[in-house]
Amino acid sequence: MEQTQYELNKGLAQMLKGGVIMDVTTPEQAKIAEEAGACAVMALERIPADIRAAGGVSRMSDPKMIKGIQDAVSIPVMAKCRIGHFVEAQVLQAIEIDYIDESEVLSPADDVYHIDKTAFRVPFVCGARDLGEALRRINEGAAMIRTKGEPGTGDVVQAVRHMRKMNAQIRQLGSMKKDELFEAAKQLQVPYELAFYVHENGKLPVVNFAAGGVATPADAALMMQLGAEGVFVGSGIFKSGNPAKRAAAIVQAVTNYTDATLIARLSEDLGEAMVGINPEEIKLIMEERGQ
Amino acid sequence: MKNYSDIKIGVLALQGAFVEHEHMLTNLGAVCTEIRQLSDLKGLDGIVLPGGESTVQGQLLHKSGLFTPLRELIADGLPTLGTCAGLILLAQEISSPATDSEDADSHYSHRTSFSQPSGSSRLENKKDRFAAHLGTLPVTVKRNAYGRQLSSFVTEQPVTGIGNCPMVFIRAPYIERTAGNVEILAKVDGNIVAVKYRNQIGLSFHPELSKNPNMHEWFLSLC
Repeated sequence: MEQTQYELNKGLAQMLKGGVIMDVTTPEQAKIAEEAGACAVMALERIPADIRAAGGVSRMSDPKMIKGIQDAVSIPVMAKCRIGHFVEAQVLQAIEIDYIDESEVLSPADDVYHIDKTAFRVPFVCGARDLGEALRRINEGAAMIRTKGEPGTGDVVQAVRHMRKMNAQIRQLGSMKKDELFEAAKQLQVPYELAFYVHENGKLPVVNFAAGGVATPADAALMMQLGAEGVFVGSGIFKSGNPAKRAAAIVQAVTNYTDATLIARLSEDLGEAMVGINPEEIKLIMEERGQ
Repeated sequence: MKNYSDIKIGVLALQGAFVEHEHMLTNLGAVCTEIRQLSDLKGLDGIVLPGGESTVQGQLLHKSGLFTPLRELIADGLPTLGTCAGLILLAQEISSPATDSEDADSHYSHRTSFSQPSGSSRLENKKDRFAAHLGTLPVTVKRNAYGRQLSSFVTEQPVTGIGNCPMVFIRAPYIERTAGNVEILAKVDGNIVAVKYRNQIGLSFHPELSKNPNMHEWFLSLC
């Protein structure tokens, strides 16, 4: 991938900032999401909660289903491929997807290597639990990062842990002397240049969203106050009682994430939230996929 | 460089790349404030409508109650710079992207008339779709005019009054038509990508993502 395309791909993520990216499984859901103010949608056959319930191997969605969603909305459309499955990524690039999520939500296709994302023109977003994972994905060509959280649980605790850890590590790098960065890069298992960038700028070189377990307007605002630049909402919307209303409320909460009075109003009468499962109760820990 | 420290620019901060504009403007010495609610509109010398998703920004403009007061400020002559989604918000007319399916019109209405029951007539939809935009700039803008992300591009072209400008186009719109007294500042491949109309500058591209501050400095000189 040439440098210009990478800059354009990072730029698209910048345009998504302050917004909510919603998981959708049908064109109808995509329209509901767009009407509610989603800045992009993630097209997938099953939302994470259902992937978890169904078990088995989870793969890239049917391209026809993705194209149906591309035709239904004018906002950017993202889709997931399995970790390391570069042919699924090639397929998604061929149908001109706007962003590929190389995602731990699907079953990993490669238990060692991630996709060489520098070989693609289409942008990639990848999940990360800490600064090391984030910078390794960026080194592989990711143009956007999100926390992994624990998808499909409706429990925000993991996303909070990942965002706090990443930001704590960013602050640590920032406070180091330059000659300490070589060792820090080694510890993080990342290239020195990326560690140096974080040291100098106090942030990742790409946009960083929160994802995994966000279910309420307050959850979304919590992630924003913890430093997320935007939010992915997966199962939280279409597993809830009133998806359109909940989606619109989460969008407004992300814009006005410090306005507690408004968030209180937005949180009223949203109907039933996604039931949710506690990470201790589940057998499959998706966040451990792809480090 | 001139001193812009007494100029206060409000940057619409509902969604999108507003921080990038703030960096550009504060590096030039101006004071920036983020517009999220009504009280943020006081005492501004200029307004920036940033890039992002215009459908999201349009909806949030209405929900925040900013729509009418902001529109009045711009119509009354407050200098305004709209980039990409900001250009779409300013435009009087929006044409549907060719890449969309035939009922792109109704898609659009879905976006902009959220409270409207489905099955409303096309005419009503059409009215709604313009009501969602500020409509202070007499141009027709085509959304996603170049197609999806793989068609995003960078070029460098002359802009009237500024000279050569690096231009970053990301899922960008362009201007199909302008009314008589709209000044065309730049074209790329025959398509209009920069205009000025009285106090308003509308750009298809993102000067805030380049390292060249000339566009922002020119805007400040108009404030």
